[in-house]
Order: sequence, then C-alpha cells, then structure tokens
Amino acid sequence: MLHQMHEFGVTENIVNIALAKAGEAQASKVIQINIVIGELSGFVPECIQFYFDSLSKDTIAQGAAVHFELVPTQLRCRNCSSTFRPQDTLWACPKCRGQSVEIFKGRELYIESIEVE
Amino acid sequence: MKKIEVVQNILEANETIASRNQQLLDKHKVFAVNIMSAPGAGKTSLILQTLTRLKSRLNIAVIEGDVASTIDAEKVQSKTKAVVQINTRNMPESCSLMAAMIEPALKDLPLDNIELLLIENVGNLICPSEFTLGEHKRVVISSVPEGDDKPIKYPLIFIDADVVIINKMDLLPYVDFDIAAFRRSIAGLNPKAEIFQLSCKTGEGIERWCSWVLEQVKTSAAKL
Repeated sequence: MLHQMHEFGVTENIVNIALAKAGEAQASKVIQINIVIGELSGFVPECIQFYFDSLSKDTIAQGAAVHFELVPTQLRCRNCSSTFRPQDTLWACPKCRGQSVEIFKGRELYIESIEVE
Repeated sequence: MKKIEVVQNILEANETIASRNQQLLDKHKVFAVNIMSAPGAGKTSLILQTLTRLKSRLNIAVIEGDVASTIDAEKVQSKTKAVVQINTRNMPESCSLMAAMIEPALKDLPLDNIELLLIENVGNLICPSEFTLGEHKRVVISSVPEGDDKPIKYPLIFIDADVVIINKMDLLPYVDFDIAAFRRSIAGLNPKAEIFQLSCKTGEGIERWCSWVLEQVKTSAAKL
C-alpha cells in the first residue's frame, strides 16, 4: 500500500458503517449509499468511489452506487449575522462588507442513508 | 428496496480514537501540540528551537510524521531521547497523521516522564485539517516566502488553529508578504487564534512563543 490519499480510511469507514447498518436490517444487498459532503470538505468524491469499489469487493455492498449530495458553502457574517454564498476568495459579507466570517455550511461529511434489499 | 436512515459522521472513527488519545495524555498530564504546515515552512525548526529553549525546564517528547525517512527524527534526537518517527508511507494513508497512528506511538513513549508532546504532522495544508489526533492545541505555521494568501486558499486548517505562526520573518525584506493582509485574513476567519511572528533561523520572536508554550503546559497541568 503506497501513497494512498486520506480518502482510503474514510472509505473504509463508509463500507464498515454501511455493512453494519445493512446487517442490523438483515439485508442481503446494499444497493446505494447516500453521502452528504460539504463543498469545503477536503475529500474527493471520485476518489471515495474508486476506493469503494475495491474495498467493498466480496461484501454485500459490492457494486453499490455511492451517491454524493454536495452541500454548497455558506458563510455567516460575525458582524451582521447574514448568511451568504462566498462570491470571491476574500469571503467578505455582501451586506456589510465585514470580513469576519464563519462557515455555516460546507464542512459536512456523513452517511445520510443507505438503500438495501 | 428499503431505505435506512443512518446520519452518521464518517470521521467518527478517527474522532473516537482521538478522544481516547487525549484521555491517555490527560491521565499522564501530557500537554500535546499538533504542528501543521506546508512542507518546508519550519515545523522541524520550530521543534528544534523549542527543545533548545525549553528542555531544561520541561520534559519534552516528539512524534515525527513523514511520508518517508527518519531525517527529522535524527535531527531531534540530539535534543531529546523521547522521539518516535511515524512513516506514513507504510500506512493506509500517507498525506496526514491520523489518530490511529498516534495511538501506538504513545505506547512507545514514557508518558509519566513527559510534560509536553510536540507532534510534527506531514507537510500538507489540506489533509491534516480533517483529522484530530488527540492534541490539546493545533498550531499552523506559514512562512513568508509562501505568500500571504494561504489562509484564503486553505481556510479550513487556519479556521481550526489555536495558534498561527508566521515564520522566516528574517526573509521579509526579500519577499512580497503583506503581514497586515495576512493578519487580517486570520482575524476574519478565526479571531480567537493567537498569532506569533518569528524566525527559527535568527531566534527572533521565539522567546514569546516559548513563554506561551510554558504557560499552556502549566495551566493545563493545574487543571488535571
């Protein structure tokens, strides 16, 4: 195993969680895994899919589709509390031009649901 | 076909091990600092400077994370015997340290005799921001030749930092690095972060950083 990116361990977790939940439900096959991923998250969906295909081999999740719901970045101004989509790399509030902002949405990374049969 | 609601954080496995690491560190009264930066920004130099100045006052251990080689561990070894090198090349992932890599490393350290643990992460501004290790404070180093736009380009690592260090201040006259712009970016993203300007080469500003470390170790030990 040489120079794998950090999606590897994350994908291992995805496979483990999916198999555990499918097992609890006494399912015979995992058809789809629905993942919610923030735009700012440092994980690459294509990379997760790539590792998923090899890590799920010979399990009931083999061949399952991994569906990603991308959450766009939303920032919140610490000054006037308005939430907004960043328009440029400066991350300034469009209302008050304040530059003190926090991430409101965009860092998510969780399994929302799985579809089994 | 049946849909099963899951809603489970995928990084939970790492976070569980990280909190286990922190409990172990707390039990032994070890204060741990996770040091992150791009390659070449001065993580090892900061650790060497910290060891030089504080080794007579604190028992310090170091965990070195690198994709390959023991170069950094060898440099540090002259100043402390408590060094563990983690080579991520042999791990499932190579781009960042993770809590599961720290766990066995802690077993190799004499924790009862250690007050401060400095963890040098793999040189990278993206991946380490997603993984906590069990550290008490997160430190990010930016060096002036890298440019003042790094907080804007890699916001996550700066947002989660407790401390931001601007290193290589001695090179400021030779590069286009706008200190005010950099500090403004940090203040916007993470107003709670402490900022230190220093040079590991000349030693300028190191004293202030070391006083902060000493203070943190004392405060944390008093609480446990």
